Amino acid sequence: MTDTTLPNRIERPSAVSFLAYAGALVLILWCLGGAGFSIDKVVSSPPRFADFAARAFPPNLEPGVLARLGWKMLETMQIAVAGAVIGVILSLPIAVFAARGLIAGPWVNQSLRVVLGFIRAVPDIAWALVFVVAVGLGPFAGMLAIVMDTLGFCGRFFADDMEAADKGPAESLAATGAGRLDVVACATIPGAMPSFVSTSLYALEKAVRSSTILGLVGAGGIGIELKVGFDLFDYPTAMTVILMIAVVVIGIEQLSGWARTKIIGEQR
Amino acid sequence: MISSVSDLREKAPVARHVRPEPTGTEFASVPVVDIEAQSVSKSFGDTPIFSDVSFRLVRGSSTALVGANGVGKSTLLRCVMGLIPATAGGVRLLGEPATGVRKSDLRALRARIGLVSQKHNLVPRLSVLSNVLHGMLGRTGGPRHWAHGFAPEASRRAAMEALDKVGLVHLALRRADRLSGGQSQRVAIARAIVGAPEILFADEPTASLDPQAGKDVMDLFMSLARENGVTVVFTSHNIDHALSYGDRVLGLAEGRKMLDATAVSLTASDLRGLYD
Ligand SMILES: Nc1ncnc2c1ncn2[C@@H]1O[C@H](COP(=O)(O)OP(=O)(O)OP(=O)(O)O)[C@@H](O)[C@H]1O
Ligand SMILES: [Mg+2]
Repeated sequence: MTDTTLPNRIERPSAVSFLAYAGALVLILWCLGGAGFSIDKVVSSPPRFADFAARAFPPNLEPGVLARLGWKMLETMQIAVAGAVIGVILSLPIAVFAARGLIAGPWVNQSLRVVLGFIRAVPDIAWALVFVVAVGLGPFAGMLAIVMDTLGFCGRFFADDMEAADKGPAESLAATGAGRLDVVACATIPGAMPSFVSTSLYALEKAVRSSTILGLVGAGGIGIELKVGFDLFDYPTAMTVILMIAVVVIGIEQLSGWARTKIIGEQR
Repeated sequence: MISSVSDLREKAPVARHVRPEPTGTEFASVPVVDIEAQSVSKSFGDTPIFSDVSFRLVRGSSTALVGANGVGKSTLLRCVMGLIPATAGGVRLLGEPATGVRKSDLRALRARIGLVSQKHNLVPRLSVLSNVLHGMLGRTGGPRHWAHGFAPEASRRAAMEALDKVGLVHLALRRADRLSGGQSQRVAIARAIVGAPEILFADEPTASLDPQAGKDVMDLFMSLARENGVTVVFTSHNIDHALSYGDRVLGLAEGRKMLDATAVSLTASDLRGLYD
């Protein structure tokens, strides 16, 4: 007869895992130390924060200021959308070569993945600084930064999506004698399309979030208003900017969630 | 709906492609061997599936491949088509070697062969018509055959004719992931025959079909074999189908070829023996 006694819900940790837990705890404490964690500052910050809040409220809602910020916000969205769309379009061919077992050999896959990893490792604000040097101040530098950011993200995840796609249709098309490019175009890409849509919408959300701070380094968008607001101690205007960003980012997330169910959810 | 299949077939004759040496059930003069497997073995990792399977199948004949679930029928078909490498052994298709050859040669060979996969393997988000057009990718690859919107007139017509043969013209623009199981199976069959194959491998082509649709499909395969000289190999768990539609029956059991005989010499109980 097979043994059907119930296993214990929680197993006693072995000596090794006990040591591992203790080690993890020490590591976390060490990191808190490195981050300058101080109880004093935590305790003393609420009054200071309250002071800032008191000076920032009510937010600056003068029509002239709102119009100016509104235009800047629009520019921010333009940077985000243009950058994300170009990034997604460029990602697709790169991902096709980066996906293992699709078209290119392991050497090409691996080198492309390293390059994409490097692109991702450089923060968006650093890309913006680089492009400000390359193409000058302004939204174009910001857009290029978003393109790079999207490329690093979508290039990698599109490739993963294609590797994970159902291999059945691809095999059946290979059985017709179709070439590798035909198989990728007809079976792999359509099969991975729902994941592509998800990944792209997420990239767009990410682009909108990044584009709001690119202005800090002069790469266009509303970020510059935030910096100026703080530099001039014009906290009410800075508060307006922060609220605007929050509204737009939350709005974009809602919109992309809606689009996702519209495009992907429907076929199930 | 399916009852119209045979009528439609008369209107759109299958004779788009007639092979040079059509043979009837009685093989005229010298029979041509279209499929030749020489001691084919396959293991997945350390797990042997079958070993030392050999057979020679003649042009225009129809062969039933039978055996219990998991015995390796689908695996054998995939090895024969070179979709997965055999562990040992050689295969010749249409008189050409199909193992140990260049990818491009294998592709050229596959373009002359049709395969109906057990799992249908349609591309879910594309239309039925685009899926059927994909059956021609081997002969005429390139972007124009990626979707029916760009396809040349002749290809679109051929795809519609193939759909006609399986009785699904009315679903041409339906998305493939919105088909019933039997409809999707028939689309897979249309995709396999659209390129006028000289060999047709069909892995349980009637598994999802109702009895009448199953009979229509098997009749369609027989007409391809008899009239166009297509060499047909099908797997089936339907003993009646195996005996009445196969000229010959190959049986796998215990990782070996256990049965290889003409259908007329076999009875249903001979086949049942394979499943014990
Ligand atoms: N890719 C794979 N990796 C490992 N094992 C596999 C793989 N494909 C199939 N197998 C195993 O090989 C054996 C044969 O599978 P196969 O699909 O060829 O059986 P079959 O005869 O077609 O069965 P059925 O009648 O159920 O279709 C099964 O035991 C299966 O689990
Ligand atoms: Mg099978």
